[in-house]
Formats: sequence, structure tokens, C-alpha cells
Amino acid sequence: MSEYAITMKGITKTFPGVIANDKVDLNVKQKEIHALLGENGAGKSTLMSILFGAYSADSGTILINGEEVEIKNPNVATELGIGMVHQHFKLVQNYTVTENIVLGMEPRRGQILDSKRARADVAALSEQYGLSVDPDARIEDISVGQQQRVEILKTLYRNANIIIFDEPTAVLTPQEIDELIEIITKLKEEGKTIVLITHKLREIKAVADRCTVLRRGKYIGTVEVADVSESELAEMMVGRAVRFEIDKPEQQPGEVVLRLEHVTVKDHLGLEKVTDLSLDVHSGEVVGIAGIDGNGQSELLAAITGLLPLTGGEIYLNEEPIGHLSIRERIEAGLGYTPEDRQRYGLVADFTIAENAVLKNYYHNRYTGSFGILNEEAMHEEASALIEQFDIRAGEGSHTKAGSLSGGNQQKVIVAREISLEPKVLIVAQPTRGLDVGAIEYIRRRIIAERSRGQAILLVSFELDEIMNLCDRIATISKGTIVAVNRSEEVTERDIGMMMAGSQLKESV
Amino acid sequence: MKKKTPFLQSDGAVSVLVVLLGFLVGTILVALVGKNPLNMYKAILQALSGYNIDNGRMNVRYIGETLNYSVPFILCGLSMGFANRVGLFNIGGEGQYIMGMTVAQIIALLGPQIPVLHWLLALLGAMVIGAIWGGVVGILKAKYEVSEVVSTIMLNYVALYLSRIICLQLPGATTYKTANYPETALIGNEFFQRITKNSLLNNGIFFMILAVLAFWFIMEKTSLGYGMRATGFNKDAARASGIPVVKSISISMAISGVFAGLAGGIIALGSFKYGRVIAGMDNYGFDGIAVALVGNSTAFGTTIAGLLFGLLKNAQALMQAKQIPKEITFIIQGLIVIFIALRSALKLYQEYVDKRRLQKEVGL
Amino acid sequence: MMVLNMLPSVLMIVAPILITAIGGMISEKSGVVNIALEGLMMIGAMTAAAAHVLMEGSGMNHTLSLVLALALGLGVGGIFSLIHAVAAINLNADQTISGTGINLLANGVTIFASQILFNADRTKEFRMGMQTDALGFYPTAYLALIVVLISWFVLYKLPFGMHLRACGEHPGAAESVGINVKRIRYIAVLASGMLAGLAGGCVVLTQTIQYTSNTINGRGFIALAAVSFGRWRPVGVAGAALLFGTAQAFAIIANNIPALRILPTEVFNILPYVVTLVALVVFSGKNYAPASVGKPYEKGAS
Repeated sequence: MSEYAITMKGITKTFPGVIANDKVDLNVKQKEIHALLGENGAGKSTLMSILFGAYSADSGTILINGEEVEIKNPNVATELGIGMVHQHFKLVQNYTVTENIVLGMEPRRGQILDSKRARADVAALSEQYGLSVDPDARIEDISVGQQQRVEILKTLYRNANIIIFDEPTAVLTPQEIDELIEIITKLKEEGKTIVLITHKLREIKAVADRCTVLRRGKYIGTVEVADVSESELAEMMVGRAVRFEIDKPEQQPGEVVLRLEHVTVKDHLGLEKVTDLSLDVHSGEVVGIAGIDGNGQSELLAAITGLLPLTGGEIYLNEEPIGHLSIRERIEAGLGYTPEDRQRYGLVADFTIAENAVLKNYYHNRYTGSFGILNEEAMHEEASALIEQFDIRAGEGSHTKAGSLSGGNQQKVIVAREISLEPKVLIVAQPTRGLDVGAIEYIRRRIIAERSRGQAILLVSFELDEIMNLCDRIATISKGTIVAVNRSEEVTERDIGMMMAGSQLKESV
Repeated sequence: MKKKTPFLQSDGAVSVLVVLLGFLVGTILVALVGKNPLNMYKAILQALSGYNIDNGRMNVRYIGETLNYSVPFILCGLSMGFANRVGLFNIGGEGQYIMGMTVAQIIALLGPQIPVLHWLLALLGAMVIGAIWGGVVGILKAKYEVSEVVSTIMLNYVALYLSRIICLQLPGATTYKTANYPETALIGNEFFQRITKNSLLNNGIFFMILAVLAFWFIMEKTSLGYGMRATGFNKDAARASGIPVVKSISISMAISGVFAGLAGGIIALGSFKYGRVIAGMDNYGFDGIAVALVGNSTAFGTTIAGLLFGLLKNAQALMQAKQIPKEITFIIQGLIVIFIALRSALKLYQEYVDKRRLQKEVGL
Repeated sequence: MMVLNMLPSVLMIVAPILITAIGGMISEKSGVVNIALEGLMMIGAMTAAAAHVLMEGSGMNHTLSLVLALALGLGVGGIFSLIHAVAAINLNADQTISGTGINLLANGVTIFASQILFNADRTKEFRMGMQTDALGFYPTAYLALIVVLISWFVLYKLPFGMHLRACGEHPGAAESVGINVKRIRYIAVLASGMLAGLAGGCVVLTQTIQYTSNTINGRGFIALAAVSFGRWRPVGVAGAALLFGTAQAFAIIANNIPALRILPTEVFNILPYVVTLVALVVFSGKNYAPASVGKPYEKGAS
């Protein structure tokens, strides 16, 4: 058998407006764990989607086990023994674990579905590989870690020998990440070849044998992981030396601005997602909420901003209760918010930057005159000022449609707008998600700058290093409650990781 | 980083293209069933300009009629269009129209017989009931997430039968009409009658013009319109930014109903000298859908599109006289709406063009 | 006992609504909203009426004529639904607009065809439509039952059904395991068109003697409401159709109840629409819709 399980040569793929892969090469040896590293938008997912048959390459060749192949669709990839564990799970929410695993390859009795045999097959498979799941549970009822195991079982059910993992650790606790690393190592021992798409340098160092780096669609190089350091990898990924740490000057926090007291929140379906949560944020400090996606952060923020009603407890802004106020009233009271889903909640893509800039205060006298008539000139004036101040790249200035801006610039518009409203407290959720390194640096530096100016900031992020770097105090949330609040200097990532998973640690603050 | 949209993709060009396509297919269809499509166009020409190409004679009345027919089309188009801008698919224009017509008839027959005030009150009543009939839909959608597509259809039929029940109780009612209106309730205009050789063109057209201006002004120039447009483009972002979405949706449906109700009132008082006990729908409400789609839900576009539809309707009788079934106009309208739905296909085509261009850049 | 006497009349009205609703359910479960059910029923009705009266006139066997007429209604309904399929599935069109366009088109095409064929804005009256059997039921009642059973079996017992439902919930997941989402959606839309066409034929052949523009009168939309009211499940949809059909049959039923005979017919005419509206409000269950219904599926999207 050929030395290489996968050989991709000169792969090129274009989409409207972007060259996703520009003559990229990839060589993965048999039974190795090969990492595919690159920033957001570097082309890693596209390359693997081509391997998995979700897309066809515009040009280039692919060899599997030394033989040239044409992978027209996922069926062909599956037959070749290639399986993919997707970043955004491709699971039907109201089907069971078993149904999802056998979908498309269902065992039958004659023409009819054989549910009994399906269940038995799944149970046997999960035992064989040590991936425990409940075959009858519905996807919408199980945890994210378990859902990922279902994704893995899907590939094993189809006898995959090459398994691609797309950003698998984005949604896991540090403990679950350890478990996943064990699973991947075991799969390698069982003879599987693994490709790991990621931008997490630490994980590459922990488990990968070799690593291929992509940048802006181009192939940069392949290295032996043991021979390089994390910062060397980072430099390959970004193209220049990267400063990870941001200088955070010493600062004494001021008065309490935002106070959450025994807050309880139920989501749209009536399930309690936040239970008896108390927290305060002072001016001139950054308080971070660390936790894995799905532990109540979204519901907590929705309750604070007014998108969800408060089931119990109260929220105080400068000691005034705001739990009963409408969304607009809270904005007027001084609540600033940059949402985690910026395209859905932060901007109106069809509006210009000017129109987006006044989304929260267009009805003020400055922008709306008598008889309710809009003052468009004032709107553009404001937008132009923000564009300059925040260095927003927009082809037509304040007349640019927000939808045509890059992710980083869209985030800048939102941040600019919120800061310009001079809120009493600024809540930022996943501020750097999906942004390129330059924008990430800018946003993080801006947050620290606002902190220096005395702004009270509540930061919610899934990136632990972001939390550790930017926050003065860190509140760890798990299953809807705060496990502990610690000063950032007095706690390690490992500690926080354990608390995210629910174990107790002594409080330092 | 922004490309200028080439003219061919601009919404105006798409509308023109779509209308032409509709006519093309209609022409082919007429030919296929053995009739002469030329007759269809002769009828349209006569309806537009009054000029009868067959005998070279000119009758200004047709121009007046075309303008008059446009009024309900434009108003119902504004109705659908206004709601569309807020993200709603209001196909209840028919019901709002019927209710407006009914209330106008009631006030015409039972109201104070004071000149000018009488018909003014009647039209106002039509607008108010239209607002209520539309507002209900908005509240149902905003608070209970009831699809406006189904609720408006249901209310259309409710309006139809309700109108019958009510009108059968009006003075002098038979199974298809009521007593004649008092003079003070009519909205005829003598000047128009003189210059257009007794077409039915009436004061309603002034209200229509005001409506068009009001649509444009409210939507584009006021903070109320800003909130509505934001809601229509991105309801989530609007809500998260504090814009009162439920209120915006309800108000927009109410305003939408006002336009359609007004249309009903104008038809009631301008086209007939008595109230009608209707047996079926006039269909202006449904045609308004096509008008709004072709006009891209803007004030100007809707006006042009409404004029076109008014023209087609005026031409119907002329077509029928030349043995072309008048239903061809319905077919053309349906095709136009379908083609509009395919607008997104243009986007796909543009993406394909972009892709090929990029592939050339990369040297394929 | 009186209720049982009314059952045949009720089922006569319910059957076409139910058949259409099942079709609408199948389409939506695969991810495509089909608002054109009304127009497709119209087309099926007109086709069946025209075919039957022409075949009747040529002296064909009565039963054969009926069967052929229904089959034609089914077929032509299917053909017209292809317009919606292409628009919604291949061209990513706005499904609501495309459906509405077909409704407008159908309105015009049916009367246009009548004008060409019969020189009137309605089809020529046929002498005899469908007949009831010994129990007083029309064949359409049994037909509707069969449709419900088959749809349940296919959707929940066959792999094809499992694939179809996955297309409506998470087309990305379906595509990733090799299911051809576009192909399945085409089949679903076609099925909804054929069933609506068939149902339209049922309406005209059991309830009246010719096709006019008032024949269908909103039944297609009532069927659409039945789909969401029935929470996209065959049994629920059947129950909903029964409820709405009963409301519509009330005009007939009321004639048998002396106390109600004094009310004007219009009151009963309104009933089905009001009932539908109230049902939608009381049971607003957006949570039960297939997760990806109404959204065009683009390859490669997650």
C-alpha cells in the first residue's frame, strides 16, 4: 500500500468573490494524525470539503492510497473510506442517535426500515470503539460532547479509514477536549488516518504528528510538529510575528455599575437555563464570563438586554432596577451590547453604515426632527466620524451597505456604534469570533482602552485565552450558575476548565 | 470592495424584463389557440391612447378610463407593497377592499347628506375599517405568529360573506344592489367628465395621488418608516436594537389596510350610483399583489405598475370584442408574478459569472 | 343518529381538503412550502370537469370517464406544480411569491381554457358526476383514507420517508450522507401537485356540475391551514381537515336542523373560514414545523 493515505495536488477552488484554495497541496501519511492549520478563512474547511465530496475542486488531483480518484459527492467519499466529523454537526435534531447514524444506509427488512437491527448495530459499534451513547436519545436532548460522538460514530458506521475532524474542540470543555484527544489517539491505534482541522496551536502540539499550514488560500508548508514551537506555527499561520498578550495596565475599579441579583431565566421553550445567578461589574474593570457554549450565557445576556424576560431575580444598572424595562428603555438607561451573532442581531445588512450607526437612537432629536422626519445628513455625519475614528474600511464611506463589509469591519461598526452611545456598561459577546488576526488584535486593544477610560465591561467568550488576557475578574458559568468568581491573576486555565465542567474550586474574590 | 450593480441587475430593469416576458408568453399563448395576437395589442393601444387603429378614430374616453381603472390597482399595490417592506406578505387586500367598499356604501346610504362632507366621511370610514381589517392581521402575526398568508385569505372570505349579510340589510336592497345613493355621496367630477367624454374618472384619483405621496414619505423619510424598514430587512436586529417590532408590524398592516380600504371606497362611490350586494370578489386586492411585486414595493414603481394593469383591464372589453378571451390578462399577471419570483435566479447567474471570472484570474 | 346521517355529506366535503392537505404536508415535510395548492386544485377541477363532460358527450362508459377525468386532473396538477418545483428548488425563488403566481396563473388559465373550449367562462355542465355507494359515501371518502394511510406508511416505515423528513429538518445532514435533497424535494412537490389536482377533480365531480371560478373558493388555503393545525403529521392533518370540512359542510347540515334554518346561508358560508382562523390562533404551533421549511437549500451550506 502507498505510503500516503491522502495526496492532494494543486487543488484550486473559487467561490463568488473569493479564491478559497489556490493550488494547494496536501500529503497525509498512513495512520498519522495530520493537522491542517490556518486562520479563519484560510481555506482549510474548503479543502476538506472537497476531499469529502461536498464540493468539487475547479482543478487539481486527488489520490487515495496512491490511486487517483474523483470524489463527486459524499457517497463516493464514503465508499473510499473517508468520513468527516463536521464542525457544525450535521445531525437532524428530532431524530434519535440511531436514526442519525444509519440515515442514508438504513438496514431494511425487504423494503421496510428495520429499526431493531439499526439499534443493535449502533450499540455494538459504540461498544467496540468505547464511544458511549444512548441509541434511543434524541439529538436535541443530548450534550454537545455526546453529539460529537454521534458524528464520529456516523463515520465509523460507514467503515471510514480516513477521518477528518473539522474544528472539533470549539464546543468542548478542557476535560472533554482531553477525552477527545484520547479518542483520536485510540482511533489512530485502530489503524485510522486522522486529519485534524484546527487553529488551536496547543492541541496540535498535544496530538498531531505533522502539520500543514494554509494562509489566505495558499499552501505555506508542512512541518513535523515535534520540531516546531507554538509561536513558530503562529507565525506561519499569520505571516508575521504575533503578539499574543495585550498589555493590561494596573487599575483600580470604581463603583458598581451593573448588578445581577439571583437572576433566573427560562428560554423560549420554558426550560430554566440560568439559575440564581449573581454578579457585579464595576466601572474601569473587565469582568469575564467563562464557560462552554450552552451553559446559559446566551440566555443570561438575552435577559440582561431584554430579549428574554426575567423569570426571577433583578438586574440593577447604577442601582436602578431594569428587569421590567423594554429593550429600548434599557438602551436609554445606558446598556451597550455587541451581540455574538453580529449579522443576525447587530446589523441590518441592507442598511448603509449611516443607517446602522443610528439603529439604537434614530428617534432622538439629533436624527429625527418635527413630524418624525429623518435628518439623513446628521446620520451620515455621525457615521463618517465613526468610520474615521475606528478605521473602518468601507468602499463608499457612510453610504456603504453593511452587508458588503468584511467581518472585521462589520464588528468595528457595531463596536463603534455602541461605544459612541457612551453606555454605562458595555456587554461584549464573542467579540472576536470569526475575525482575522488583525481585527482580533484591534478589538482586544479597544476593549482594554475603554477599560482604561473607566468603562464597565462584561465580556462573554468561549476563548479561554481571551478571557484570561483581557479580564480583571473571571466568573465561571456552568449549567446556568456561577461556579466561582476569581481574579485573573490567581487562577489558571486548568482551574477554570475544571469549574466549567462543574467541579468546585475555592473562590478568590 | 463594493461592485456597482450593473443596470441589468437593477430592480427596475428586472421589472421591465419580467413584464415583457409575461407579454411574450401571453402573445404566444394567444397565437397557439388560433387567435390573432395583433388584436390584443390593438386593444391595448386603444385603451392607452384612445386611438382606434382600425378606423383611425380617437376617443379620449379610453384615456380617462385607463386612468380611472389604475386607481384601485395602484392603491391595492400600495397596500401589498407597504406590508411587504416590513417583511409581511399581505394578500388580504381583497378583504380590506371589500370592507372599505361596504362601509362606504353604508355611510353613503345612511350618512348625513351634506355636500362634500358626506363622501368625505364615507371614504374616511372606508379607510378606518381597512385599517382595522389589516391591523388585526398584523397583531395576529406579531403576537401569535399566525402566518399572514393564511389569515389574510380567511379574512378575505369572511369579508365577502359579511359584506353580503350587511348589505342585504341596507335600504332598498335586492339580491345584487341597494337603493341609489344620494347626490351628496357621489365623487364624480364634472371637469373630468367633460374633458374625457364621460369616462368614470373621478375625485378618487386625487386621493390616490395623496396615497402614493404618503407611502413614499412615511416609508423613506420618517422615523416610523425607518423602524419599519429595519424590521422588514432584519427583524432580529431591529428588535435587539430596541425598535418596537410588534408595534411596527401592526401599524404597517393597519396602514396597508387603509390603502386597500380606500380603494374599495373609491370604487363604491365612483364607479356605481348604488351600493352593490356582491356575489364574488372584484379581484383588485389580488391584482394588487402583482402590482406591488412588479413595482418592487416602492411608491413610484407601484404607480407605474398600477397604470399598466389599469391599461390591461381597460383593454379587456376591447379584446373580448375581438374574440380574445379577457382572461389572457390574468394569465399574463400570473406569469409576471412567477417570473418575479425567479429574480433570485439572476443572483445565481451573477454568482456563476463571478466564479468564472475568478477562475480565469487563477489561471484555469 | 342525525350526526351519522350527516357523515356522508361531511366526508364528501372533507375528502378533497384532506387529500390536498396530505399533499401540502408532504411538500412541507421535505422543506418546500406550496401555497399554490389553491391554484392546483383549480386546475385539477377544471381539467376533470372539462374532460368528463367531453367524454360523456362522446358516449364513453360513465365510470371510465370519471376515472380518466380524475387521472387527467391529477396529471395536469402535477405538471403545473413543476413550475413551483423548478422555481423553488433549482432557482431558489421566494416560495411564497412563486406559489402566489401560480394561483393567479391558474385562475386565468382555467377560465381561458373554458373560453376556448366552451365559449363561456365556465365548463359545460355534465349530466352525471360521481355516485354514492350503498352506504351513501362517495368513492372520494375511501380515496382520502387510502391517501392518508399510504402517506403515513411511506413517511414512517420506508427509508424514502426517513430521507424526505430529513430533507425538511436538516438538508445539510441529509446531503452529507448522500441523500439527493433536490431530487426528493422535486418528488414531494410533484406529489403535492398531483394530490391537489386529484382533489380538485374530486370537488367538481362530487359537489357540483361544472367548473367555475368559484368552485374551489379557498379550499386550497383551508388545506394549507390544516397542515399546520395538524402539526405536519398524517393523523393530525386528517383531524384538522375533518374539523374544517365539517364547518364547511354545515351549510348542508344546517338544512336538516330546523332551528338553524332561519339563519341566512352566508352565516354558514363564513363558518369554515372563521373556524380556521380561530384554530390557527389558539393552536399557533410554529415549533412543530419542519426546521428547514421554506428555505432554499444551497449545496455546501451547513
